[in-house]
Amino acid sequence: MNTKTSNRINELFESNSKDVLSVYYTAGFPELGDTLKIAQYLEEAGADIIEIGMPFSDPVADGPTIQESSKKALDNGMSLRILFDQLADLRKKVSIPVILMGYINPVLQFGISKFCAECERCGVDGVIIPDLPMAEYLALYENIFLEHGLKNVFLITPQTSESRIRLIDKHTNSFIYMVSSASVTGARDLLGNQQRKYFERVQNMQLKNPLLIGFGISNNETFKAASSYSNGAIIGSAFIKLLQTATNLKEQIKTFVKDIKA
Amino acid sequence: MSDIIKNTIEKSRYTVDEQGYYGQFGGAYIPEMLYPNVDELRENYLQIIESTDFRNEFQKLLKDYVGRPTPLYYARRLSEKYNTKIYLKREDLCHTGAHKVNNTIGQIILAKKLGKSKIIAETGAGQHGVATATVCALMGLECIVYMGEVDMARQRPNVERMRILGAEVVPATCGSRTLKDATNEAMRHWINNPLDTHYIIGSVVGPHPYPDMVARFQSVISEEMRLQLEQEEGRQLPHYVIACVGGGSNAAGAFYNFLGDEEVNLVAVEAAGKGVNSGESAATTALGKEGVLHGSKTLLMQTEDGQVIEPYSISAGLDYPGIGPMHAHLFETGRVKFVNASDEEAMHAGVELSRYEGIIPAIESAHALAALEKMEFASDDIVVVNLSGRGDKDLDTYIKWGKY
Repeated sequence: MNTKTSNRINELFESNSKDVLSVYYTAGFPELGDTLKIAQYLEEAGADIIEIGMPFSDPVADGPTIQESSKKALDNGMSLRILFDQLADLRKKVSIPVILMGYINPVLQFGISKFCAECERCGVDGVIIPDLPMAEYLALYENIFLEHGLKNVFLITPQTSESRIRLIDKHTNSFIYMVSSASVTGARDLLGNQQRKYFERVQNMQLKNPLLIGFGISNNETFKAASSYSNGAIIGSAFIKLLQTATNLKEQIKTFVKDIKA
Repeated sequence: MSDIIKNTIEKSRYTVDEQGYYGQFGGAYIPEMLYPNVDELRENYLQIIESTDFRNEFQKLLKDYVGRPTPLYYARRLSEKYNTKIYLKREDLCHTGAHKVNNTIGQIILAKKLGKSKIIAETGAGQHGVATATVCALMGLECIVYMGEVDMARQRPNVERMRILGAEVVPATCGSRTLKDATNEAMRHWINNPLDTHYIIGSVVGPHPYPDMVARFQSVISEEMRLQLEQEEGRQLPHYVIACVGGGSNAAGAFYNFLGDEEVNLVAVEAAGKGVNSGESAATTALGKEGVLHGSKTLLMQTEDGQVIEPYSISAGLDYPGIGPMHAHLFETGRVKFVNASDEEAMHAGVELSRYEGIIPAIESAHALAALEKMEFASDDIVVVNLSGRGDKDLDTYIKWGKY
């Protein structure tokens, strides 16, 4: 049984705690077989973390871009079974941390234990499940996750109370996903004053876990601004938009990541 | 032990526990973005709705504005046909034409007490949307209603009714473009507007405390049934209570005060659509398994991979792939018997009630009536059918169906 407490995510933040770029995309999008290829291209291009979305029919926390990519992926035939088949060779091709992100229902149907075992087998480092409540996670699932060396990443928002942020920090051993504003996912252009105040407030709390800011990060400007208050940022919808129209995945992903990190 | 205490204890086996669960169902499976809103509700709802202030305002509006108590009508000709004693609980006579307004009155008072200035809602048949638009006009609050594009087409009068009442009706254009998708959009709106907005969910679905809160507001239906039966029959308990279930708010209200009286047979009627095994159905207990949608763990129609299946029913109000967690628990424990009625059976039952009693029911309620044909009653059984809504909004569907 694997009870290791440190994995690629921890190692990343130990060696590099500034301007960490995590990129999200939906598994099985634009084509069913693109999942692993995109991960490879992202690593080659210089991304630091890869978040692979597990598509769900009813993604209530997502804006139109990820709703559409999820629907397309499901139409392409994507499922957790297929995703784990695709990721069987993940660690032969990709060395940076990989996180799976998605909604709880497909995971429950797959089976939590089986899901965690498959993650471990494929070398997945962490999971983000926005609609898995913290209380249920701690009561029912934390031990299973830990047994398989899986890190559960929690979200915080501008409305999350200080005491709850502290509680989340206590039960986290990877990073905290700081949602930039009260919103569903989707690219926006600016980080306003309100957001900056919230970033400062959380930054001043001196949490033990690194912070990555996500939702509304779409370009070099917003990436740099967000990173100045945190350890880095997460880009999702803006990258999905690139994938929607890309004609040369490898080259365009390279340019995209280079421009964001410039 | 007195009967009242015993009934309360029995009832508590079927109502929500402190963690927000009904047996294994319920909970609050929501993204962190919704946590503060839902937590605020959870912290405050019981204290507010049990306060004298709230109760006075709620009861006064139910009486003077909604027109409660609604009659418990002895349906003589229908009773003769089925050779038993059939009563109809006339929720169709509520202001706005259905039971939905009981809940929206309760929630709008609650929203005001929480200091919210804007209201959002989802709607399927449009009855909940109309009931929400109505109470928003009554209280002068801004109102946005999400409605599936398909439902907007088949329930056009209700769309216009909402607009006349001053609400903005926003089409949900994703997925099956029905109630499920309207609910997704309303939840997204709430995520985007967490501070000044209250989300009035229309059924006993959603994260805790919604299922419990909505069931409590609707429980006035069975509270009145008991008192009215006492007067009519000299006994508070019927032999049967029959109600249709989409998400399950009218059934929750009709069953609520009988849950502890095990001798009362409670019957829920789901929409079988074109047949339970036709691939076009909304009969959740027949087709679903445990899953999580819209914030609660419940019975859910889904694929092996956990993707939600698009339901189908001729009735927009029953066209939902899940049922409230309380109903999932009532199904699992066997306290409520679940049956289903197809489109055809429901439409025929709707016409039958029109011909026998001069009442055109909503197609949702017609599903409950369709169960009469499928059951055996003794001649002195007392059977209460919850007539949850009136059929005005469904005229287009009746006309298109045409077999009358």
